[in-house]
Amino acid sequence: MNLLTIPTPLRPYTEGQKDVLVEGETVGMILKDLAKRYPNLYQHLFDKNGDLRPYVNIFINQEDIRTHDGENTIVTEGDRLMIVPSIAGGLRLE
Amino acid sequence: MLSISDKLLQEIMHHAEFHYPEEGAGLLLGQFRGDFRTAVQLLPLKNQVQASSRHNRYRIEPEDMIRAELKAEELGLDIIGVFHSHPNHPAVPSEFDRERALPWYSYVITQIDGTGALESRSWRLSDDRQFLEEEIFIQSSEVL
Repeated sequence: MNLLTIPTPLRPYTEGQKDVLVEGETVGMILKDLAKRYPNLYQHLFDKNGDLRPYVNIFINQEDIRTHDGENTIVTEGDRLMIVPSIAGGLRLE
Repeated sequence: MLSISDKLLQEIMHHAEFHYPEEGAGLLLGQFRGDFRTAVQLLPLKNQVQASSRHNRYRIEPEDMIRAELKAEELGLDIIGVFHSHPNHPAVPSEFDRERALPWYSYVITQIDGTGALESRSWRLSDDRQFLEEEIFIQSSEVL
């Protein structure tokens, strides 16, 4: 079992929980299991093709899974997982 | 409702002035109960967009977000929102802001021009992804 930290904007979809206990051999398996347990969370994590949304970043022990094997990254007991949003915006008139 | 001290609001405006004519950005750390959130501390961050686009765009990288999450955890706070400036434009979210916004966060936007920061307004994304203005309750620092 591992702890997955949920960012504040997504906590309304995990019954307000900040840290959720998760189980799975890979990051992808953990996320699918999480979305199954909290069905309303799914649309905010994955797009209609089942790919992670661009503003959703998964970190394992403070390293982006994209620098490992993405959703196939192996998770071992004690690894700390975090869902980290990207923030962007601005006027962008032209 | 977003409750914020006049001192923190001034800091947001000074941050916008410091970065003018570029957009400045950062995070609001604080506490919340239901829809009522209180800003306790600002976390000014570097606008990670390339220099040539900083006059109309801002970006906070996930690496900065993770450091912010850990900092907030250390202080017993949460990230409750994002602040950024609109140089020479109203403190109203753009379509670009809306497309990239997350639910729940308070988005504080500061209008600024060559004379200084003019006003700050707060916005939150609705369930159908439209921005609705959020009331700002300004607390006097003298009574805190």
